[in-house]
Amino acid sequence: MSLLRIVFKSLRQHLLSTCITAFSIALAAGLLMSVWVVREQSRRSFTQMDSGFDAVVGIRSSQLQLVMNAIFHLENSPGNIEVEDYEKIKAEPGVALAVPIALGDNFKGYRIVGTIPEMFTHNEYAPGKKYKTAEGRLFDPELREAVVGSFVAQKLNLKVGDEFEPYHGLDFDEDHAHDETYVIVGVLEPSNTPADRLIWIPVEGLQFMSGHREESHEELSAVLVKFRSPLAGKTLQMKYNQPDGHLTMAWPIGAIVAQLFDKISWFDRILEMLAYLVAVVATGSILASIYNSMNERRREIAIMRALGARRSTIFSSVVLESASIAAIGVVVGFSIYLLITTTAAQFIRAQTGMVIDPMEFHNVMLFGPIGIVLAAALAGVIPAMKAYNTDVAQNLVPVS
Amino acid sequence: MSLLDISELKKSFRTPDGTVQTVVDIPQFALGEKQQIALRGESGSGKTTFLNLIAGILKPDSGKIKVAGREVSLLSESERDRFRAENIGYIFQTFNLLQGYTALENVLVGMKFGSGVNRDFATTLLKRVGLSDKINHLPRQLSTGQQQRVAVARALANRPKLVLADEPTGNLDAKNSREALQLIREACAENGAALLLVSHDQTVLSQFDSVLSLSELNRATTANLL
Repeated sequence: MSLLRIVFKSLRQHLLSTCITAFSIALAAGLLMSVWVVREQSRRSFTQMDSGFDAVVGIRSSQLQLVMNAIFHLENSPGNIEVEDYEKIKAEPGVALAVPIALGDNFKGYRIVGTIPEMFTHNEYAPGKKYKTAEGRLFDPELREAVVGSFVAQKLNLKVGDEFEPYHGLDFDEDHAHDETYVIVGVLEPSNTPADRLIWIPVEGLQFMSGHREESHEELSAVLVKFRSPLAGKTLQMKYNQPDGHLTMAWPIGAIVAQLFDKISWFDRILEMLAYLVAVVATGSILASIYNSMNERRREIAIMRALGARRSTIFSSVVLESASIAAIGVVVGFSIYLLITTTAAQFIRAQTGMVIDPMEFHNVMLFGPIGIVLAAALAGVIPAMKAYNTDVAQNLVPVS
Repeated sequence: MSLLDISELKKSFRTPDGTVQTVVDIPQFALGEKQQIALRGESGSGKTTFLNLIAGILKPDSGKIKVAGREVSLLSESERDRFRAENIGYIFQTFNLLQGYTALENVLVGMKFGSGVNRDFATTLLKRVGLSDKINHLPRQLSTGQQQRVAVARALANRPKLVLADEPTGNLDAKNSREALQLIREACAENGAALLLVSHDQTVLSQFDSVLSLSELNRATTANLL
């Protein structure tokens, strides 16, 4: 009959309040860990994601809009540049690789991106990693062929040999189908990048798609650039980002995305504060439930004291009980954390192609639960003091 | 040498109207080892306070309480708790069993704070009081007579030198009362424990060779009555 056993007995005797308070702790722990992990992982994924390029060059606009549109394929295009601009950028001595992209069409809501084969053959989207086909081959730039990202293939059940008609615009509208038919010749391996959510066709295919303006034959959405050195980036940034220039060079991509996270950090802080608030309320609920049950426990405490239990033993058992409720809560909290992060990861993957790994260890998974259990133990001190001061003789039997 | 020696023991309480009322004022009392004494105590005679003082649950205002050679009134509260757990068994009128604990666990809890948990001995005690088939029953699953038997087993769990019994048959019918009393006396004798029992039930008191009147021992009772 250890102290833990006595605590367990008490938890079982007050099963309903134990379950309710433990669940509130579980919600708090799950929410706290989820907010933290999703924020940290998404920030890291987005700021490290550059698809292998150093800069984006597009029409004069916000650098963030250019990056979000050309790298993450989330924003609308701010406008088009001339093919001539691309040729100039490509000819810059400091540029190692320049890949044009053209946007403006979709298939069932998934963006169709016009590009050149070098996107796959010369570009490493991560060190040592190139986009490869899991099935089939890359498109022939002279033909109406397409390569689809793994996520698109999975969601739309597309496979090599399937044909589709592109739809005009970035949002799917079945009344706006183009006349051309493209045949899928390859499905890419998963890359855990926005490329998984794209359908790739030759850049000319998009430029010359039926129904597009005639000007679009000589237009591109943006150019993705890889420099030979960081110095080249600095030089070209100064050259292109002129007040009277018609182009904008977004460089470096990671720093620009970090600005976005800084801009929306207030939202993170609200979520974080909310999680802390839930944790405080949950801890308070443990305090309240144990404190309120002290009246009915007085007799039991008095009996234990009469049997020889010291005040300190009674005090410890109440504190331990409070900590135990929190411990049960944080264990369940991991399930809630998995539920939230798995759902969030699916949503983020579907929206951006980026991957959040709920199983990846983060310090908050250690310090969060420990902090909550310690806070609950601290909250348990108040009812424990009440238990500590229970008058044995008065609560044992009426004094005759 | 006496197991229990009391001299000039006094205990007062402050009443709600602010006056101080002396509840126990006992000049002298002694109980020998393995001796069994019954105290006749009417309502208001201070019997529960007296037993709580001996058990170290209450601290006297003055006077001496010596149990097994140790001056209980000089011990700190935690020392009294430990001393009580190891040396004194307490049987209450209302049994005071822990409701969420089985019969066996009630006995084991008593051991936890005293000599240490001994599951075999706890089971033996419960068998001795006739509850071998009820050891895993909760108090609410037992009759009042059976609950009192658990209380007896628990009081003896730490092999105490002294067992205090406060109206132990007060909540039992005549048959159970007779059986419980016999059990308490036999079990104490078998375990070498002295017994100090207080009751106002003449049937109970008549079973003892040695019966003292608490009203006569306690000057406070006399004064209050006056």
